Amino acid sequence: MSNRIPAERPVIEGEDEGHERRSYVIGLVLALALTTGAFAVVWLDLLSGVAALAGLGLLALIQAVVHLRYFLHIDLQRSHRDDLLLILFTVLILLIMVSGTIWILYDQHVRMMP
Amino acid sequence: MSLSERLHPGLNLAGTDPEGHEAAEEVLFGFWIFLMSDLVLFAVLFATYAAMSVQGIADGPLPAEVFDLTAAFVETLLLLLSSFAFGFAILAMKYREDRRGVLVWLLLTGVLGAAFVAMELHDYYVMITQHAAPPQASGFLSAYYLLTGTHALHVSSGLVWMAIMSIQIAVLGFTAPVKLRLMRLALFWHMLDVVWIGIFTFVYLYGVAS
Amino acid sequence: MNWELIFGQITWDSFVFAGMIENPSLSEAIASGAGSIAVLGALATVILLTVKGWWVPLWRDWLTSVDHKKVGIMYIAIALVMFARAVIEAALMRAQQLAATEGAGFLSADHFGQLFSTHGTIMIFFVAMPFITGLMNYVMPLQIGARDVSFPLLNAISLMLTMAGAVLIMVSLVVGQFSTGGWSAYPPFTGIEFSPGEGVDYWIWAVSLGSIGSTLTGLNFAVTIYKKRCPGMTLFRMPLFTWTTLCTSILMIFAMAPLTAATVMLALDRYAGFHFFTNGDGGNMMNYANLFWLFGHPEVYILILPAFGVWSEVVATFSSKRIYGYTSLVYATMCIAVLSFAVWLHHFFTMGQSANVNAIFGIATMIIGVPTGVKVYDWLLTMVGGRIRFSTPMLFHINFLLTFILGGMTGVLLANPGVDFQVHNTLFLVAHFHNMIIPGVLFGMFAAVQFWFPKVFGFRLHEGLGRASFWCFAPGFLLAFFPLYWLGMMGATRRTYMWSNPDYVPWLALAMLGAALILAGFALMVMQIVVSVRQRAQLAAPLGDPWDGRALEWSIPSPPPAWNFAVLPEVSSQDPFYEAKKAGTAYRSPAAYEDIEVPRNTATAPLIGLFACAWAFALVWHIWWLAIASFVLIWVVVIVRSFETDTEETVPAATVKAANEAFLAAVRATPGVTRDREMTSDNRGRAIPESLEAGAGALASGAAVEVSR
Repeated sequence: MSNRIPAERPVIEGEDEGHERRSYVIGLVLALALTTGAFAVVWLDLLSGVAALAGLGLLALIQAVVHLRYFLHIDLQRSHRDDLLLILFTVLILLIMVSGTIWILYDQHVRMMP
Repeated sequence: MSLSERLHPGLNLAGTDPEGHEAAEEVLFGFWIFLMSDLVLFAVLFATYAAMSVQGIADGPLPAEVFDLTAAFVETLLLLLSSFAFGFAILAMKYREDRRGVLVWLLLTGVLGAAFVAMELHDYYVMITQHAAPPQASGFLSAYYLLTGTHALHVSSGLVWMAIMSIQIAVLGFTAPVKLRLMRLALFWHMLDVVWIGIFTFVYLYGVAS
Repeated sequence: MNWELIFGQITWDSFVFAGMIENPSLSEAIASGAGSIAVLGALATVILLTVKGWWVPLWRDWLTSVDHKKVGIMYIAIALVMFARAVIEAALMRAQQLAATEGAGFLSADHFGQLFSTHGTIMIFFVAMPFITGLMNYVMPLQIGARDVSFPLLNAISLMLTMAGAVLIMVSLVVGQFSTGGWSAYPPFTGIEFSPGEGVDYWIWAVSLGSIGSTLTGLNFAVTIYKKRCPGMTLFRMPLFTWTTLCTSILMIFAMAPLTAATVMLALDRYAGFHFFTNGDGGNMMNYANLFWLFGHPEVYILILPAFGVWSEVVATFSSKRIYGYTSLVYATMCIAVLSFAVWLHHFFTMGQSANVNAIFGIATMIIGVPTGVKVYDWLLTMVGGRIRFSTPMLFHINFLLTFILGGMTGVLLANPGVDFQVHNTLFLVAHFHNMIIPGVLFGMFAAVQFWFPKVFGFRLHEGLGRASFWCFAPGFLLAFFPLYWLGMMGATRRTYMWSNPDYVPWLALAMLGAALILAGFALMVMQIVVSVRQRAQLAAPLGDPWDGRALEWSIPSPPPAWNFAVLPEVSSQDPFYEAKKAGTAYRSPAAYEDIEVPRNTATAPLIGLFACAWAFALVWHIWWLAIASFVLIWVVVIVRSFETDTEETVPAATVKAANEAFLAAVRATPGVTRDREMTSDNRGRAIPESLEAGAGALASGAAVEVSR
């Protein structure tokens, strides 16, 4: 199939291959750094217990945002807002379900026979 | 409609293929919703794991006794690189409709993905044979195998999908449906990498650290 | 040995008739009777189709169709068939409980257990869900001025997966036994240790098929409402039924995943010896309750919200008034949808968490009463000053308002953990949720059938018989369930097949009477449909607007053409069709017609449904070759379909024009009917708007609406 891209198409800021390539490379570098950081925390025994959970959780959160931004191209400024809202609503549901489940199960567990 | 208008969030054909971009609006939004529903499934599995990895040890081994962090690190790199490679496949499609380029990048993605699955299966094999840690051993291990297994199953079906897409690209060329399918597969693949962040952090790293 | 390889665990004893032959009793006779009805019903259907030569039309016009209207009708057909089974089961349980005071009654404990399990499972997953899904399928695209849903084929696949689940449950009448674990199937009782048979597996796979279908439906409808609204149809101009469809769809997207997780874990426990919910080895059965109700509570609102939408449409139409408090109804719907994710723990207050946890979920539960209350006031205020016609749907609505408030009050009582501890697991609870679901959801669906039937088939339903069935249903419900509140407070536990307390008997007898009335109501409803089909000439309303309707679905012929709208409408206000009628701009010929692309019929969906059903059946009976083969075949069908490029066909503009102009000419040639003559044979489906009837305010202020360009 021939290349159907019109030759005279207007140039849009951020819509060229070089720019998008850079975005993937930035994503990869950041993700590599964050991943290595997270593994280093455990390998080098930098944190333990609750501090480990908080630190690792924070790194994971940042990395997830990096993936969403640079690989999945989620873009708060230019995205279709209604659609994005529904997607972001998922975050609320996830929080309710995960935190609720953990809260309930740990609360019940205290009363279990050893 | 201006060419740069975003009709849906995430990966976009805006700017290079207005027709495909318009057709993408419904299907990509639909696929995003599917991904969100899938994400809820993973969230529930994570929550279950969070409880069972502490409360469900019974007479079985502890997380720190059975996990191999080096393997997890390599798996993480494999999946990350394959996600990155898929990005370049999408660019080759979006800007050049370059069949050969897309197929080469897809092949690279697929090989990395397959290596990831193979390593995970090897992990399971080591756990079962050397640590006496099959899923039947305890609640913790049941939850571990279900969570990582569901992820591995997703990756594997992504691989099958990728193979079919390669055939479609070769046979049908870059028709609008093929392009949109490849974009959906890309979203799927990138999202699995996001889920994996949760797995290596909360299952492997926190499992060993705590 | 070879037998097991081919047939898995099925043996001669698996068939329901074997029990009757080897071990005859009344209970076995009833089981065999039910099995026979299932077999004979299937046989009768096959014979009828063959004799009438309907196989080809069934396949060509229905099963392979991806038209949202036909898919919707098929959903409702499933719901009605399954309802017939489940309501008979309910009556059997009532009879057993009445007969079993200080005696064994006529059913075995095991049989009774299967009855309440199938009754609950069917009523929720294969009556209520297909009913609301079918209705949303049919009505929502018409209300937003769309030609179909966003993904018509996916829609058909959802239908076929639901049908596969329903078939599986019907098969369990004949081959093997169903679960005795109730519709919620709590482990460890449903674990392999205590329920070693195939029953729980039937439950697991039937429910899983249904829940996958529902997830896909939710996705499909949400995208449709977001993306396929006609020009001018902003979110806040959407009819309320469409709003509730949107919220229900979003709930479906998120709520089904926990159920899938729970059923998969239960299956892994049973099939592969995992320890998610087992007693020992680190299992935690409380997590099952947690996961199940993470799904189960939103599910309640998945069911009730579309019914709320129906009530909003019915009350506005039959009061000839714009709905009161549109915006507040929309926000109340959203609040209910979000809150429904935050209250699931109230289903297991007694499971052993600390008082603080219970208190927080109890308060969250009570808060849901607030937006629901807002809705009730809005419906009441819609009637104030309106010109109310006491048609069958309106009677159901008024009955709904009265009884739903009572049910809601007992809900608020139960939301208090202290009260819940007293009446937990008693008939009080059974009375409460039936009090919400029957007048709310079920009667809502019945009202919807009465309301939209003329749109779907082009003729009205017989009004007299409709009212007669209402006058059986409404008191029947009160008699059948209000005694249960009392019984519950006396300490009668739910799911009990034998009593020792003679004080229960009078209340159980009253409840039995109620059950009989409900059955009579259902019989009258079936009769109503039969009589209406026979008298369809007198009842015909092909011009599409028998009730002086308000939203876009009433602006097109009944039944609507395959393409729904000859030209996509453009709207500029709420109640667009009503405003257009008022302004005299309805029924105008469009300036130009265009070709319309519609999706071709395809065998993809029925094939997927067939293989999914075979797959589930194979898993239930451990027939591994069939499980693997059908699983592979499902995906082969999907892949083959993805290579197909010619999936649409064109309806030429000339065809559309001829059909639409003929319709418009017929409308113009027909004198409109006033609301007084709505139930007479004068009503051909052209309404004189109520406001013009009075001769005043012909061109009321506000924006006129261009339904046609």
